[in-house]
Amino acid sequence: MENTYRYIGKATPRRDATEIVTGRTAYLDDLKLTNMIYGKVLRSPHPHALIKKIDKSKAERLKGVEAVLTWEDVPDWRGGTPRSTRVLDRKVRYVGDAVALVAATSEEIATEALHLINVEYEVLPAVFDMEEALKPGAPQLYDQFPGNVVTPGVPFFGPKSLQEVVMGDVEKGFAEADVITEGTFGYENMPNPLPPESPGVIALWEEPNKVTLWVSNQASYMDKITLFHVMERKVEVRTIGGPCGGSFGSKFMSWQVQCYAALLSRACGKPVKIVFSKEEHLAAFTLRPASRMSARVGMKKDGTVTAISGTWVIDTGYYSMTTQSQVAVGCGEVQIMVRCPNWNLKPVIVCTNRNASGIVRGFGGQELKCTLIPLLSLAMEKLDIDPLQFLKKNYVKPGDGYFWRDGIWYDYRGVDFTKTMEKGAEVFGWKEKWKGWLKPTWVDGTRRRGIGVGVHGNADIGEDASEAYVRLHPDGTAMLFSCITEHGTGQRTNFVKMVAEVLQIPINNISVTPSDSLVNPYEFGPAGSRGTYAIGSAIINAAEDAKKKLLEIIAPKLQADPSDLDTVDGFVFVKGEPGKRIPWRAMGVDRTCLGSGRFEPDYTLSNCMMTFVEVEVDTETGSVTLVRVVNATDAGTIIDPPGLEGQLNGCLGSAGIDSALFEEMILDRSTGHMLNANLIDYKWRTFSQLPVIDNVVLETRIDSHRFHAVGVGEIATSPGPSAVLMAASNAIGTWLHEYPVTPERVLKTLGKVTPKTRNGGVA
Amino acid sequence: MKRIRARKIRLTVNGKAYELEAGSQSDQVKPSHTLAHTLRETLGLKGTKVSCDEGACGACTVLMDGQPVFSCMLLTVECDGKSITTIEGLRDSATGKLDPIQQAFIDHTAFQCGFCTPGIIMSAKALLCENPSPTEEEVKEALSGNFCRCISHYQVVKAVMSASKEVR
Repeated sequence: MENTYRYIGKATPRRDATEIVTGRTAYLDDLKLTNMIYGKVLRSPHPHALIKKIDKSKAERLKGVEAVLTWEDVPDWRGGTPRSTRVLDRKVRYVGDAVALVAATSEEIATEALHLINVEYEVLPAVFDMEEALKPGAPQLYDQFPGNVVTPGVPFFGPKSLQEVVMGDVEKGFAEADVITEGTFGYENMPNPLPPESPGVIALWEEPNKVTLWVSNQASYMDKITLFHVMERKVEVRTIGGPCGGSFGSKFMSWQVQCYAALLSRACGKPVKIVFSKEEHLAAFTLRPASRMSARVGMKKDGTVTAISGTWVIDTGYYSMTTQSQVAVGCGEVQIMVRCPNWNLKPVIVCTNRNASGIVRGFGGQELKCTLIPLLSLAMEKLDIDPLQFLKKNYVKPGDGYFWRDGIWYDYRGVDFTKTMEKGAEVFGWKEKWKGWLKPTWVDGTRRRGIGVGVHGNADIGEDASEAYVRLHPDGTAMLFSCITEHGTGQRTNFVKMVAEVLQIPINNISVTPSDSLVNPYEFGPAGSRGTYAIGSAIINAAEDAKKKLLEIIAPKLQADPSDLDTVDGFVFVKGEPGKRIPWRAMGVDRTCLGSGRFEPDYTLSNCMMTFVEVEVDTETGSVTLVRVVNATDAGTIIDPPGLEGQLNGCLGSAGIDSALFEEMILDRSTGHMLNANLIDYKWRTFSQLPVIDNVVLETRIDSHRFHAVGVGEIATSPGPSAVLMAASNAIGTWLHEYPVTPERVLKTLGKVTPKTRNGGVA
Repeated sequence: MKRIRARKIRLTVNGKAYELEAGSQSDQVKPSHTLAHTLRETLGLKGTKVSCDEGACGACTVLMDGQPVFSCMLLTVECDGKSITTIEGLRDSATGKLDPIQQAFIDHTAFQCGFCTPGIIMSAKALLCENPSPTEEEVKEALSGNFCRCISHYQVVKAVMSASKEVR
């Protein structure tokens, strides 16, 4: 269909483009406030210990040190779901847990002071494996969580928040199956989304109970909400967001570093900046949750899934802030991927003595699918079902439904994505390349290629609430009030395009407020691909409301009914008589015209991403190379073509496809230390290792907002990892079931090296 | 502490000459200060970004006598007499015109979060100075020390290739 929009769907330069390419974009660490000092964190060398004594007197005497805080000095601020984890505690629960905070006039002095703090620990036994942690007699991390099982449920999602997928009658389902497969599958490598900009904050405390924080977060308004609760609902919190050097979900939850700076600022009355080192970012900030699932599936010859039953164990590390939310959304997403009438899938979230898991692109569903698809593949192999046909058949269709995160059943009213999947398959050449399960598509000596496919979709494109204002000015300009930061997706520019399209004024005539919680209304922030539909709707509504009010103000001056008027380029005109027009200025030069908009959550739409991959395995060296990727999606309407392309190319990094190839944090399971907490030992893809990527984007008008668009960015990472496992298995003709498919694992599976066990002693 | 005979470090940064004092006072360049630290904190040139601070990610890339270097891996006291170009020095200071590479990055939306962009642009600049007509493979190789997590790589390669045509 021809694009008749003035801005939507047209490539427009990002509004921050010149700032970015000239180095003038001020990220958090580029800010310097008057009298600002620097904070550092003393971290535990033990995975589990009680602090018996801390002597901070030497550190306090060091010239330039302004505050040293330990658990004895701080209020009982707690994070976690339910609130369990003190900002500083007498007990440390992982190597890297915060023991003391120092503020000093320079980073060097603060670091020096850390060395002068004397801590006496009583070391406790630690546990690093999720199933070990569940056994009777295992070391207990919290009195509050007996057996190390974190309390399920998410209060924010409502009283019925989704904790499992249970429906129908699984026994009946298994009885109807032609094939039943079972087994234990993991996605346990805990990659880090790893934005280049490390987590950080600047906090300024003002007496008696007010704190302002300059944050780096994709969702800066939510920091205000999170901190309000963490700080016992006694502190007035203001957050100011700015350009964010990548987040991929992770910085959404930065309450700890923010509390450290707030406490230090409270102690010395000056603004305090803390920016984590890359080592802290990797070893003391959040990772992807680790998953292990023991399950059974029943399948009919035609690919109908008759029953899924099992236990999904999720290792959340030393505490959980959002893992229950990820489980809830993951449980919803799995129903979007597999239509099945009989379920008994029970998640268990476990605490272990490593750094915490948190938010990452893919939010629960990536984890669950990476363990479930290999199991479904075993059944498909037995029945000789092409995985593309299986995924196509079983993906949610109009008239189907699912229990979403709030435990409520929603009837899906979106589009049928079959066409998207078929178009992707055609571009990839699936039909020609698919030779059957465990069969390579191409062999040349020791080099063998295989293909795989995965799919993901998320009804969180309509999650949570958003609010916005649009203010019109007599000079023909407008201002958008929305608490959105730019974290790489280009959405700050895209929202301006939406306003420009509604108001029909040039993009450059619209400014956007800074993402300051003091001036903007509620905004959940871009997460779960909700930016385009949820935030976009609030903003469109605000622009439409402003326009409506403008036309009402101007109507008497044109002696017309408001419904007969429209506006373009700062003029209001009578429809059908474009000559009869007056400028916005006619509203009066001493006024503005304010519209407001709100979006209410809507879980009846989902997006879809299907990813096809081809890998090449060298059976001599065990190396697996990603050769080609095709992503297929339907965005409804493309808002910004190059921005969308970037989002889809993002499928590789940020704990995405590469988590199946080489990305992982290596935990020393005898000491609890992360062994690769630096950017040399943590493997990441370089420019010289780029596979060919083709992105196939359909535009089927989706019934979302006036531009019929839905977001797809967040899900780009999710279908790929299981597809890589499938492709590598097909290439070598044997199942590979562990992520990532390192050369060692490939050679082990091929029987070319002796298995090495990674089990160390006990701590 | 007496401040006699303080060693001077002479740097030319983006064409401007600086004379900094080496020493341990707060206004001096300490022996432990990296070039990245001095550029950012002493000279206020915040365009150079620090990500890993251990020579692995390339975010802090600047040109030293025309060669790309990781400014987090050099001590400022070792840079006496050197000429440094940072991202702030690419734009024509007289006309305000962007370097063709900068313009190409805008035209190709060759960034997402933008944090790694200054480092990538400086690596690309060094490449095009040395080899104005690189192949795609040469561009990828030249940028292989630059970490980008949003995966802007594909658009970056296109931008650098188009800038190379511009430069020629």
